[in-house]
Amino acid sequence: MHVVVVGAGEVGTSIAANLAADHNVVVIDIDPDRAEQLKYELDVMTLAGDGASLATLEDAEVGAADMFIASTDDDRTNLVACGTAKTVGDPFTIARTKSVEYLRTWELTESAFGVDFMVCSDLLSAESIVDVVGLPAAVDVDPFAGGLVQMAEFEIDADSPVAGQTVAEADRFESLTFAGLFRDGEIILPRGDTAIETGDRAVVIGSPESVQAFANDLAPEETPDEADEIVIIGGSEIGYQTARLLEKRGLSPRLIEQDHDRARWLAEELPGTLVMEHDATDTDFLAREHVDESDFVVATLDSDERNLLASVLAKRLGTDRVVAVVDNGEYVTLFEEIGIDVAVNPRQVTAEEIIRFTYGGVAENIAVLENDQAEVLELQLTEDSELVGCSIEEAAAGIDTNLVFGAITRDRELITPRGDTELAAGDHIVVFVESSFVEALASMA
Amino acid sequence: MGLIRVDWRASFDLTGRVLLYLAGPLSFPLFLAMLYGESTLPFLAAIGATLVLGGLLRGLPGDPGDLGPREAFLAVASIWLLVAVVGSIPFAVAATGTLAHPINAVFESMSGLTTTGATVLEDFSVHGRSILMWRQLIQWLGGLGILVLATAILSELGVGGAQLMDTETQSKNVSKLTPRISETARLIWGLYLGLTALAAVVYYTLHLTGLAPQMDLYNAVAHAFTSVATAGFSPEPASVGAFAPIVQWAVVPFMIAGSTSFVLMYFALKGDPMRLLKNEEFHFYLGSIAVFAAVVAGALFIDPTVGFGGEATIRHAVFNVASMVTTTGYASTDFDLWSSAAKHMLFLCMFLGGMVGSTTCSIKSLRWLVALKAFKRNLFTSVHPEAVRPVRLSGKPIEEEAIRDIYAYLLLSIIIFTLLTVFIVVDSARVGANVSEFEAMGAAASTFLNIGPAFGDAGPYGTYNGFPMTTKTAMILLMWIGRIEIIPVLVLFTAAFWRS
Repeated sequence: MHVVVVGAGEVGTSIAANLAADHNVVVIDIDPDRAEQLKYELDVMTLAGDGASLATLEDAEVGAADMFIASTDDDRTNLVACGTAKTVGDPFTIARTKSVEYLRTWELTESAFGVDFMVCSDLLSAESIVDVVGLPAAVDVDPFAGGLVQMAEFEIDADSPVAGQTVAEADRFESLTFAGLFRDGEIILPRGDTAIETGDRAVVIGSPESVQAFANDLAPEETPDEADEIVIIGGSEIGYQTARLLEKRGLSPRLIEQDHDRARWLAEELPGTLVMEHDATDTDFLAREHVDESDFVVATLDSDERNLLASVLAKRLGTDRVVAVVDNGEYVTLFEEIGIDVAVNPRQVTAEEIIRFTYGGVAENIAVLENDQAEVLELQLTEDSELVGCSIEEAAAGIDTNLVFGAITRDRELITPRGDTELAAGDHIVVFVESSFVEALASMA
Repeated sequence: MGLIRVDWRASFDLTGRVLLYLAGPLSFPLFLAMLYGESTLPFLAAIGATLVLGGLLRGLPGDPGDLGPREAFLAVASIWLLVAVVGSIPFAVAATGTLAHPINAVFESMSGLTTTGATVLEDFSVHGRSILMWRQLIQWLGGLGILVLATAILSELGVGGAQLMDTETQSKNVSKLTPRISETARLIWGLYLGLTALAAVVYYTLHLTGLAPQMDLYNAVAHAFTSVATAGFSPEPASVGAFAPIVQWAVVPFMIAGSTSFVLMYFALKGDPMRLLKNEEFHFYLGSIAVFAAVVAGALFIDPTVGFGGEATIRHAVFNVASMVTTTGYASTDFDLWSSAAKHMLFLCMFLGGMVGSTTCSIKSLRWLVALKAFKRNLFTSVHPEAVRPVRLSGKPIEEEAIRDIYAYLLLSIIIFTLLTVFIVVDSARVGANVSEFEAMGAAASTFLNIGPAFGDAGPYGTYNGFPMTTKTAMILLMWIGRIEIIPVLVLFTAAFWRS
């Protein structure tokens, strides 16, 4: 596969390094020194130039490319680069953006700006923070359909209330599908009467809310509920998105923001969050608001230095777990060394998401489970897909493999699949399927 | 124009136009007068006066400019004042009974136009049927006027609370006021007319089926005019109490509908009932009627002197509480004879009012709801001083400025009510009339908040005629000020309005 990556920063380098072994990768960077340097670090072709200019893209042979990844730090450069690439050829384009606004625009048609897949680093960072905070019991969590659907894999402990229950007993949530069970390295397709045993790994697919509620059933000790205190320090975009996603999962965080107007805006947008207007590095204030007794502190201030300060303060006050956003990848280990529980690096998260998406050379949203025994993948049904018009029952009957329809999204609304749910063109389906069958399934969509 | 910065020419042009339109509705009682063989002179005189006055105002020298916020305030104040004055001409010319005195005629007309329903009539039988119908019709016109004012104008001017109304669009462009008035009026007009027609049909059907012998076509139309307008005049001295119990039950939903946001009812008819059903103000409004009706019913049950019996106790409690909360001012019985407890509950009901964007008067449930929420928020922020807590209404955050406006409006209303109460007591003492404090409070609230009946001599089966002319004049002014939400009149008395 011929892959063109624009931008040789942390994200672009990480992606290029990952793809270089199996694919023919060209990396474009505006800085000739950086381009030259990368040539020796990785086994890739490099090109110095503007990734949004037609001439550069023609030099990189974008016309013949299968995939085009725009991963610079600048949103608009990435969008223009993708748009330009689409004029030269028809590669699958992936754009990295920071702004959630561009993502919302793109979601309207899923082809705006000539972008085929958009990865929003702020939203993604917030999602991974929320996974860390909200689903500590999960072995693996991945978002699908732009965050409307979530896949999570849990290991069933002996003391889990779910152990010993049947699937029908455990799955009491409207928009949750029990997709699969792994037992002793084997896949078990769960039926209503399948008993869940200690040591099983359960894969569930559904709305983030229902996954959260299920996690609360499964691991009530670890999973935060309404009674648990989550404090977000800093009303940056990541802080806002984190609070919003936590609210969606039925949690009520507190958010501390110093700027008066921003605090008011946040309070208006986040009805389930208690917004406080104050300097979060004021220890008296933190003590007065009992931040020491909170279960989680998330530092999402604008700079690494302030996040470090806020995190250390929270740790010293005695907060259980502290999660911090760290913009500079080199500081991640530093943060973790001094006792911050999880450091989330937006660039790293973005690179990982793009790599996940390019996995195996198929441009699909995929989560690989249990040493690639099974995968959860998202497919969009085209007009002429043979699945269009079929009910879930008919579709599953016509496929001779272990397959579970986990979720369907239609016009950005989640539909929980039932036997008689009819599939329509344009639907995104999130399916749990044996790995060997992935390609066959992809061809049916 | 010199130093005056208000384009009063534009305001008076609009006022003139409204006065010209007034000739239309005036021809309805004129027709009745001819039908019943009564004197047509009162209506001919009024039609002549309104056409001349309207023509004069429209023909003032100079070119009328666009209506801005200030011009709109002046227009609103002058329309409500001049229409009331013109509306009093039939009463004054007919000069029957107590209406012979011009102040009484203006009182009755202002009480009608402001949908108050306080009356100075003593012996209803001396007045012609056409005159009594004009009294009903002017209330219906007042209800329509207030709907247009509430849904189109006040929300644009950002006057106390109306800007929080759940409307489809809310432009900030006041210069586009005129097209917006006609657009809103067009939508609301049909609904208002439809509800009125439905009320008339329902009332008359009860008559035709023999359930309400008193409710003839004349009464059906007369009460349809004043129930949806939440106005409260009745050609019967005993108000709705003159009719069968089933009529009283039938009137309740129309009073409640008249006090429900017409904008939300319009959406409900267009197939989006959830906007109304999920509206917090609507819950608060219906809830306040239910709670007060229950308390009043309880007070009537334990009162041995009333002795209505089961159905009648509930009916009278529901009817009169709904009448007070919606600011209609009908009575199903002489509640002035009730126990002090029940009367005081009715007195409290006067301050509630229905929903913003309806024909209701008084303080309105939206303001109370926002004030209560803001107060609850303040209790929270006194414990957590750093907390930022927007007050939300049906989920939507409210600007702090709007909350301050609402606090100010509440305070202003209470102050004006107190001043009017004291004025009534002092003025009555001056002429040696015996008015108790509770009666003075009742009459002050009932006129300023545009309800209608009060207690004592001004009770539901009584009359305001006994008050001195000075008191009645003050009441005329305060009905006017109270009806158009205080601010449009008060700003006229500020220098900044005219100059800067």
